Amino acid sequence: MEKELRLMKGNEAIAEAAIRAGADGYFGYPITPQSEILEYLMEANPMNTTGMVVLQAESELAAINMVYGGAACGKRVMTSSSSPGISLKQEGITYIAGAELPCLIVNVVRGGPGLGTIQPAQSDYFQAVKGGGHGDYHLIVLAPASVQEMADFVDLSFELAFKYRNPVMILSDGAIGQMMEKVWLSPQKERSKVAPDWATTGKPTTRKHNIITSLELDPNVQEAFNEKLVRKYNKIREEEVRFEEFQCEDAEYLLVAYGTSARVCQKSVQLARQQGIKVGLLRPITLFPFPYKKIGALAGRVKGMLSVEMSAGQMVEDVLLSVNGKVPVFHFGRMGGIVTTPEEVVENLKSKFLKG
Amino acid sequence: MAEVTGIKEYIKPENLVYTRTKLMTENVLHYCPGCGHSTAHRILAEVIDEEGLQSETIGVCPVGCSVFLYNYIDVDVQEAAHGRAPAVATAVKRLMPDKFVFTYQGDGDLAAIGTAETIHSCNRGENILIIFINNGIYGMTGGQMAPTTLEGMKTATCPYGRDVKLMGYPLKITEIVATLPGTYYVTRQSVHTPANVRKTKKAIKKAVQYQKLNKGTCFIEIVSNCPSGWKMTPVQANKWMEENMFAKYPLGDIKTPVE
Repeated sequence: MEKELRLMKGNEAIAEAAIRAGADGYFGYPITPQSEILEYLMEANPMNTTGMVVLQAESELAAINMVYGGAACGKRVMTSSSSPGISLKQEGITYIAGAELPCLIVNVVRGGPGLGTIQPAQSDYFQAVKGGGHGDYHLIVLAPASVQEMADFVDLSFELAFKYRNPVMILSDGAIGQMMEKVWLSPQKERSKVAPDWATTGKPTTRKHNIITSLELDPNVQEAFNEKLVRKYNKIREEEVRFEEFQCEDAEYLLVAYGTSARVCQKSVQLARQQGIKVGLLRPITLFPFPYKKIGALAGRVKGMLSVEMSAGQMVEDVLLSVNGKVPVFHFGRMGGIVTTPEEVVENLKSKFLKG
Repeated sequence: MAEVTGIKEYIKPENLVYTRTKLMTENVLHYCPGCGHSTAHRILAEVIDEEGLQSETIGVCPVGCSVFLYNYIDVDVQEAAHGRAPAVATAVKRLMPDKFVFTYQGDGDLAAIGTAETIHSCNRGENILIIFINNGIYGMTGGQMAPTTLEGMKTATCPYGRDVKLMGYPLKITEIVATLPGTYYVTRQSVHTPANVRKTKKAIKKAVQYQKLNKGTCFIEIVSNCPSGWKMTPVQANKWMEENMFAKYPLGDIKTPVE
């Protein structure tokens, strides 16, 4: 089976990729700028082709708890939303992490706080990467920078989610969700017919009953469980770091950016090099696990780094941790739904590092 | 003197009148003496066993006293977040439509924090059984006011009695869901006497059949007690329940199928 070339919005690409990845269920609630995901799935009506369930829930809370129920049956299930809706989902997300359930959560980020704006932003980095809900847990966080990656990361997310029994978040933004690009779509995968042995599928006489819960009243048992989670997260940190380097070989200054900002920064690298400034770009693809070691290694080769984000400066804290004081690190970003221009990035880099 | 015979002579299958429910696990129930949860668990387990549904059942239990239902009934169970059981069960049933899916929820869970999930799963006519234990109080957290707490009833968070002008009225959510086209069978029962136990068990059996026929949501309220939360002996609690709870929450079918 060959891949199929289509021109699609990022949101549509996620929806189509979900069907093709053999997803069992999608549960969502409308919110701009990601409603196309639910709309596309409702129109595609995959129940008639793959048997995939698509349901509009009464709230984001209900949607994420539907994901919990489906994931607990060992199904490949997902939800999507944008920032205020993702805040509502945090309760369910921490329960899913606590019950070690695999699922995909898509956040097409818009500016905040509060109701904020419907324009793109990257201000949910902390929420996605550092927790969001209560308790010690991590999501695996993937940051697509193109419509192609919106599609590709759906299947990758399910693979990682089941490999580690852990929720995975695709942290996108309103720009990638709304923009149209060509995308190569993978051929249709069959939905899985086998359930993992831990799933609640009805108890046969051959096994004990399966219980999906995040509750444990014995502190010793709970601590042992927390330690097990830590070991899992450490394994993820060791094995799942993904990033892309762009003209880093001879770079004297490094831009660090993900998602839409990384797309902008690719152009900034070209512009800076036209002006004789050797700039490279490191694009984290996984935000958890974060490429600390890679950025730390690059810190030994460059004079400084600029973390470019559409936020007040969130990922910059992880860049600072990576660099550990070896070279100066600054943040540059626009907020409120404004996408940084390549020229602004170059000017900011010059003002930070090349004054006089 | 009459001849004394050994009790072992009476232990014969034909003399057996009561036995431990097969699908109840060996775990010791944590419920307080006199609490209705144990009985409600038992009859649910009996129905699942008698209908041969152990391998077909997926239960969803709530936050509240019955959070540990999964320790007692030997079927696959998911523990839901507070109030979210109907949303969880919605996905379970839609993804596994051949399974028997039930939720088991208390009044705080179902009628306060989970009101939206309750109403909307019933409104979609999700093909699940919702078992609603209404004892008018938050038992697990130590006896606070529930949405179903009666007017004037004293709890830890309405120590002077529920003042409906300030705290709202007892919520008859079962009557509300009965108005929704998605519900097929809505009934209110209790488990405080053998006769009522039999009626409730019969209602659960009906709900099982309706679910097999994809009829929509079945909703069984069980008006129950909370001797510890009500600060009464089990006997006093049942008497108080009959006199006060049943007056507000009368037993009987609220919505029966039009055959």
